[in-house]
Amino acid sequence: MIELEGLTKRYGEKVAVNDLTFAVRPGIVTGFLGPNGAGKSTTMRMMLGLDNPTAGDVRIDGRHYAQIKHPLKYIGALLDAKAMHGGRSAYNHLLCLAQSNGIPDSRVREVLDTVGLTAVAKKKAKGFSLGMGQRLGIAGALLGDPQILMFDEPVNGLDPEGIHWIRNLMKGLAAQGRTVFVSSHLMSEMALTADHLVVIGQGRLLADMSMADFIRQNSRSYVRLRSPQQERLRDVLHAEGITAVEAGNGTLEVDGTPVERLGELAARHSLVLHELSPQQASLEEAFMQLTAESVEYHAHSDTRAPDTSGWQQSNQQWSQKREQ
Amino acid sequence: MSSPISSQPPQQAPAAPTHPAPQAPAAQPQAPQWQGGVPAPTTYTSPIPIRSTHLGHALASEWTKIRSVRSTMWTLGVMFLLVIGIGLMTAVGLASSEYTQVPLLSGGLFGLMLGQICIVTLGVLVITSEYGTGMIRTTMTACPARGRVLAAKAVVFFGLSFTMTLIATTLTALIQSAMLGGRPAGEFSSLPQESIVNGEVIATNSEWLAATVGAALYVALLGLLALAVGAMLRHSAGAITTMLGVILLPLLLALFMQMESLRDLQEFLVEYSPLNGLATLYQLPFMGEEGSGNGWGLLGGLAVVTVAALAGAFALTHKRDV
Repeated sequence: MIELEGLTKRYGEKVAVNDLTFAVRPGIVTGFLGPNGAGKSTTMRMMLGLDNPTAGDVRIDGRHYAQIKHPLKYIGALLDAKAMHGGRSAYNHLLCLAQSNGIPDSRVREVLDTVGLTAVAKKKAKGFSLGMGQRLGIAGALLGDPQILMFDEPVNGLDPEGIHWIRNLMKGLAAQGRTVFVSSHLMSEMALTADHLVVIGQGRLLADMSMADFIRQNSRSYVRLRSPQQERLRDVLHAEGITAVEAGNGTLEVDGTPVERLGELAARHSLVLHELSPQQASLEEAFMQLTAESVEYHAHSDTRAPDTSGWQQSNQQWSQKREQ
Repeated sequence: MSSPISSQPPQQAPAAPTHPAPQAPAAQPQAPQWQGGVPAPTTYTSPIPIRSTHLGHALASEWTKIRSVRSTMWTLGVMFLLVIGIGLMTAVGLASSEYTQVPLLSGGLFGLMLGQICIVTLGVLVITSEYGTGMIRTTMTACPARGRVLAAKAVVFFGLSFTMTLIATTLTALIQSAMLGGRPAGEFSSLPQESIVNGEVIATNSEWLAATVGAALYVALLGLLALAVGAMLRHSAGAITTMLGVILLPLLLALFMQMESLRDLQEFLVEYSPLNGLATLYQLPFMGEEGSGNGWGLLGGLAVVTVAALAGAFALTHKRDV
């Protein structure tokens, strides 16, 4: 269990992490989500005692990181793939880490095998691709067979196969009862891996809830209807007390009515339908809405950006739901 | 010791083809606890025995680090080449004259004046290469006791550079002694009495000690100072430039202080310049007579400065974010 309490980090005027309070529980994968520059890496560095917090505290099973006598056997961390000396071979990189924690040399070969780098163990890390660097970093995290694992953006630079491997690795590690804390800026990635979700934006906590709750609260499902007889269709729906919203291009959107009932209604009134399809708003959209206000670096483009004007509103609704 | 971590994806994802890591399709036994549906235990206990870490672990780790990068081989190799090569050339040059006019082992000085730059460079790189590559974050995560990391680096580097420099200076001294020993001292030689026995130039025991152990200690201490400066500046080029300044600037500044009013300052700069400390150990002080002074006092001075710089490095390393 990792507990953060009022964790704050200021660099001069700029607040990188602002009063974060949450807990990372064992036995599950906790996703740590936020746009670029939200303060994820800074938070993780403070958790590992690399950066000193301006205020607040991080406790790992009640202790500070620096008080842990055998850190690699307790926590394994992948901070960034390039946090290694490029001139050193993969084997020697892991060996010096193992030695610093009294981990037997045989374990180095085991983790190299686990991440699939045995064939390049004697090669210098300089020549590694980003994906291989990530694998080596993950090998370092697994070295002490720790009960807590932290990964900062582990899927960055990995090919689809590697991403699939990481996902399963994390799930497997959590299934063994380990605490897994993984950061990402991709909601879709988290939806596949995480059981619990912590969302931050501009250093502030935006959400701390289970993945299931997040999906339930943030994915709107509706039915899209398209018909050449749109006027009649609207009348029929209205007569049944169903609200249809015009969504442009001659389509109607209906919330909260099963697709079967709508199909049967149309058939009973002999209406021609060109489309009758259940739709679901993506989690990515929900995440973007949640963090829209806190995105630090906006890209400006001519194409219409995802609608973020409703952020305030939806966020209020969402917090009301949370309180219920 | 076998680990339950396997490169195989778990079984609860049957839709996707099972693929182990692409680089090494090593088939490992399936870990049974990964089968779907098994309720998660609350905590995980590793089969790896838990030992508290101490300085010994950090020393082993730093030794692996220093021997596994190419810059160590390069800097030490070039140091050997300079010290022994220039020592040999000096001896050959001196042997062409009929008399020996300089202290017997002093030919080792010139090579070591250049060779010390290699040790200084290595001292800086031992620490700044970690900051430059980001390795320091991995290191400090594996060993959160930052003082221990720095201490282990200092001990390993000092031990290695002292040993290597000692071998180089001893070989050079043996070359000087073999090629120039037993020759007559020049008529106008200013060599001290005890270095001339029966008209022949010899090296006394204290000269031997100063030109081998003394010189090696001096250079290794200078390297340690470089390591401390590197830990404070965290930047390879900056730290190496600073160290070159420390070594060369006092003499350069003194060169331009020819005014009478600055005479005291000039003498101070010359006497306490790091190069003078090394020269005095070889009985060739920049000030005063050849053979005067023994250089151990200046060595002590360097040790005091190095300890102070290390203390500063420890304090800063503790205080700053990694």
